This record gives sequence, C-alpha cells and structure tokens, in this order.
Amino acid sequence: MSLRSEPMVRAQKFEDKESLFTREVREQIDTWVAKYPAEWKQSACMPALTIVQDMNGGYLTRDLMDQVADYLDMPPIAVYEVASFYSMYEHKPMGRHKICLCTNVSCMICGSDNILEHIRNRLGIGFGEVTPDGRFGLKEVECLGACGGAPMMQIGHTYYENLTPELVDQILDGLE
Amino acid sequence: MVNEVCFRTLHCDRPWRLETYQSEGGYEALKMILAEKTPQEDIIEMVKQSGLRGRGGAGFPTGLKWGFINRTAPGEKYVVVNSDEGEPGTFKDRDILRYNPHALIEGILICGYAIGAATGYNYIRGEFWEPYERFEEAVTEAREAGLLGDNILDSGFGFQIHTHLGSGAYICGEETALLESLEGKKGQPRFKPPFPAMFGLYGRPTVINNTETLASVPDIVRRGADWFREIGVPNSGGPKLFSVSGNVVRPGNYEVPMGIPFAELLEMAGGMREGKRCKAVIPGGSSVPVLPGEIMMDVTMDYESIEKVGSMLGSGAVIVMDDSNCMVKVLERIAYFYYEESCGQCTPCREGTGWMYRVIHRIENGTGRQEDLDLLDDVAKKIMGRTICALGDAAAMPVASFIQHFRDEFQYHIDHKKCMV
Ligand SMILES: Cc1cc2nc3c(=O)[nH]c(=O)nc-3n(C[C@H](O)[C@H](O)[C@H](O)COP(=O)(O)O)c2cc1C
Ligand code: FES
Repeated sequence: MSLRSEPMVRAQKFEDKESLFTREVREQIDTWVAKYPAEWKQSACMPALTIVQDMNGGYLTRDLMDQVADYLDMPPIAVYEVASFYSMYEHKPMGRHKICLCTNVSCMICGSDNILEHIRNRLGIGFGEVTPDGRFGLKEVECLGACGGAPMMQIGHTYYENLTPELVDQILDGLE
Repeated sequence: MVNEVCFRTLHCDRPWRLETYQSEGGYEALKMILAEKTPQEDIIEMVKQSGLRGRGGAGFPTGLKWGFINRTAPGEKYVVVNSDEGEPGTFKDRDILRYNPHALIEGILICGYAIGAATGYNYIRGEFWEPYERFEEAVTEAREAGLLGDNILDSGFGFQIHTHLGSGAYICGEETALLESLEGKKGQPRFKPPFPAMFGLYGRPTVINNTETLASVPDIVRRGADWFREIGVPNSGGPKLFSVSGNVVRPGNYEVPMGIPFAELLEMAGGMREGKRCKAVIPGGSSVPVLPGEIMMDVTMDYESIEKVGSMLGSGAVIVMDDSNCMVKVLERIAYFYYEESCGQCTPCREGTGWMYRVIHRIENGTGRQEDLDLLDDVAKKIMGRTICALGDAAAMPVASFIQHFRDEFQYHIDHKKCMV
C-alpha cells in the first residue's frame, strides 16, 4: 500500500537483457511493456511472470523470478511479492495438465463434491497433488465466474462447464 | 423487455462482431458525440439523469463518479474497466466480453471523452482467456475501422485501449487493489480518501467502472437518459444483468428491467429443479446477506426492495438454494473463501476471517460448542467497518445473516453433532 505512486526501481540496472530468456519470450514481454507508461515497466510484471511460467511448463523458479526482475528493472523482492500473492502462479510442477476445479458456493450447490470425488478416484490424487506420471495436477480454485455452468473446471485456457463424471472422463481421456 | 442493452446483440449470429454491433445501432452514440462536439458536462449530466448506478456491487451513481474528475487538470487521466469478476455467483461480465465487447469499447470511449482521458485499461481476470481474446479481437476491429486510436473519425479525439490480465486474486476486484495490481504490485487496497478520481492509476485522476456499467452507457446516450431510467424503477434505473445460479432449471444471465419481481426472475430461470422448495437465496453475490426463500418471493429486484428486507442487490448474482442444502455447509464454504482471499493487510480481516472459518468448520464437523454462535456474531461485528476495504464487511455479513435466518440449523449441528437436512 502506498500513497505515492512510483514504480519500485533498483539502484543498479541489469544491462545485458539479451542474455535473459529467449528472444521470443522477450518479444512477448515487450508487447506488454508497450502498453504502460515508459517509467512503469513494472506494470508488465504479472504478464511477464505468466509468460515465463508457461514457457517453463507451468511453474516458476527463483531463477525465473530473478530474471523477470532483471528484465523489468525491478528489485527481486518486488517480483517475489507478486509471484507469491496471486493464485495462478505455481512454485512447483503441477503436471502437464493442471485441473482447476471450482468448489465455491454455486459449484458446490450443483455437485462439485461429486466431481472431486470422481477425479480423486480416477487419478488417485487430491488437491495440490500431481499424478506420478506427471500428466495431471489437481488444484482447488475459487469462483471462476462461470457459475451458470456449475459445476465447472478449467484446464489450460479452457473452461469446462456442466460437468458430470462421464464428461470429466471424456475430457481427461482426450488429454495426452 | 429482455436483452435490451448489454445483451442487445445476443439474438444475432456472431453477436460479438463489429458489423453485428453496428447493425444494432452500435457506435452511433460515439459518432453523434464526435460530430456534434457534445460538451463533456452534457454527457455527464445525461448519465446522471439515466439513474445508472455502478454494476460492480456498490451501486454508486455513475454520472456522479464521472463528475468528480477535474477535467481541466493537466496531464494524463485514465479510464479503468473492472472486468475482474470474482464475486462468487457472478458471471455476467464474462458474457459481455464474449458476446458484446463493442458495447464496452464504445462505453469506454464515451467515458474517456467525457472526462478528458486518452487511455483506458481493461483489467480482465487472468482465468478469462476466451473473453480476453474476444475483447482483443474487438479492439483490433474497432481500431481498423477508425473507431479507436488517434484522431477517431477525424474528430481530433484520440483514445487507446489496453487490456491487462489478472493472475487470480479476488481482492483485485476492489477498485484500489485493482489499481495497485495494474501498477505491478500485490493487490492490496489503498486507503481512501484520496479516491481514484483524485489519485488513481499511476497517481492520476481515474474513473474505474465495472464492465456492465460502461457497456450500458452507449444506449443511454443513443436512446436517451429517460428511456433508460424508465426501464427500471425509482432509484434503480435501467435494466440489469442478473446471474442466476444454483438449484434452478436454467441457470444463466438474464437482462431484465430493475424492479422485476424475484418470483418472475426465478420463473425465467425455469423455476426450482425437481420442483423443490426454494429454501434460501443470496440475492447479490456471496458478500451480501442471505435471505429465506419465503422472503424473496415478495421482493422485487432493485436496490431499495432488497435493502428493505436486509440484504443488497450487490453484483446481481442470484444464488438459489433448495432444501437439500445445509446452510452450515454453505456458510462454511463462503467463510473459507474470504479467509482464503483476505489480502492480509488489516488485522481484523486477516485474523477474523480465519477465526470465523475455523469456528464454522467445527460446527459443521460436529465439534461445535454452544457459545460458538455468539462468538461468531461477535467476531463478525468486530470486523465490520474496521478494515481498509469492504472485504471485511463482505466476510462478516454472510455470517451474521446465515445465523440470523437459519439459527435452528446451526443449533441442531451443535446439539446433535450432525446435519438436519
Ligand atoms: C472485495 C471486493 C471485491 C470486488 N470485486 C469486484 C469485481 O469483481 N468486479 C467489479 O466490478 N467490482 C468489484 N468490486 C467493487 C469495486 O470496488 C468498485 O466499486 C467497482 O469496480 C466500481 O465500479 P462501478 O461503480 O461501475 O460498479 C469489489 C469490491 C470489493 C470490496
Ligand atoms: S462458483 Fe464455481 S464458477 Fe462460480
């Protein structure tokens, strides 16, 4: 919380930006940086973390967070704060497919408990766990704003709504 | 009168396209303003007269909010859209972004014109990938058609819109947390005052409005403030999107006039599943007090009617529960949500949400104590009004209301160590 609105800058900038990530990742981050005022590169911190997390197979490491800090001229601590505050950042592998199951009130009323039970039985994992083959991870999420299609889950960028155990089987069968 | 404003294109094939929107009168309001060089204060006055109140939950009069901006102050001003849509039960902004993104774009442009801003940010929650892509496509379409960008339609008015994606945090729906987040920080709400109108994004004067609020603006300008206001009832102008979820036959979004009887809305949603009894309704998102079904049957869906019976219209998320639901379990889940999402900044909220959750959890699990109900009431009261933002109140209000209306169920859990439903 601050009443001043100034970006957190660090004393010494990291100059060799070309050594960070790949050119493709840098270009992706740059499209976000371009949206904000020049002195507010920091605004691109969240999208940058998302980009490098995706590139890294779905989770962040200390080294990646440090590189984001270097790239955006932020103090590393400011990046760690963001990376630990928001629920979509992972700090350990969550499997090739992270199943995000909503258990919030509308989904619960419409039977998310049964869906959870079904996934648990099928995959043998609970929330926060990954199957031994690394194919699936399971995560409990709060309302994803699709309560009209409850119960629902998200995998990757896709929302799956009006879930039934049969539908869940179909969806999971279709994922490598 | 359904689907008149935000869902106006919904009956069309590919409702999200520019040509569809234009075939329904889209961008006419903007063109009129730019051609006639309508004075800024006239637009603000029109929005005031329309009776439009913020659709994000707080119901603050939109025109009044726009009027707070010092339009002659030098330097940047911003329009920020709150598409964070995280209030449990709410799923309307997602459909505006997916099905009518141009209404939002036109609304942002009109707002920008009225307050003298040249840049807008749409903060979309990170999970909303499909809505994000739709919105981005629409921005591109508008830009290519000369409706967005530098010197729009040769009018001398220029405006840029950028999309920002969240990363999962309910608190970022709170307007100042959202601004912090947009500045690349943790989403922790700011002290107010100063309000965003004075000190907003990057410390600049900022209007922040909900998606539905801004998407309602073009029709107010095009069809007139009176037209819009008269769709609703006094103090609740216009139509509103109600997100109906829970044990109903056809859950979904319904854009209907404010003041429609709840019973009618329930009927539109197909009534109760399996003909069960409507036991309880949360009429405005999980943050507002729950009401017994019998009370709801006599309520109309507008700010005053719902306030009279002790709840709030909130975001228009109507969560309907039949009598197979255990109220202790529902409250336990809601309490867990606020515990999980408290940003940790204020002690009463950080500690109180966890405390309330643990107490409700033990009641639900048959280890509750007789004094727990008074304890919950007490903790809830001590959070209310003692935090920087309204998340504390949002956590406290459900607790107090569930116990008030369904005390016997909580008592039964404590006495018999099991559920009565
Ligand atoms: C904890 C909390 C969460 C909120 N979440 C949202 C949200 O997801 N979307 C939204 O539009 N407003 C949300 N609000 C309300 C905003 O703070 C703010 O009032 C709103 O964006 C103003 O726009 P409006 O006047 O157009 O409604 C939330 C408020 C609080 C306290
Ligand atoms: S409660 Fe599950 S999507 Fe809203």
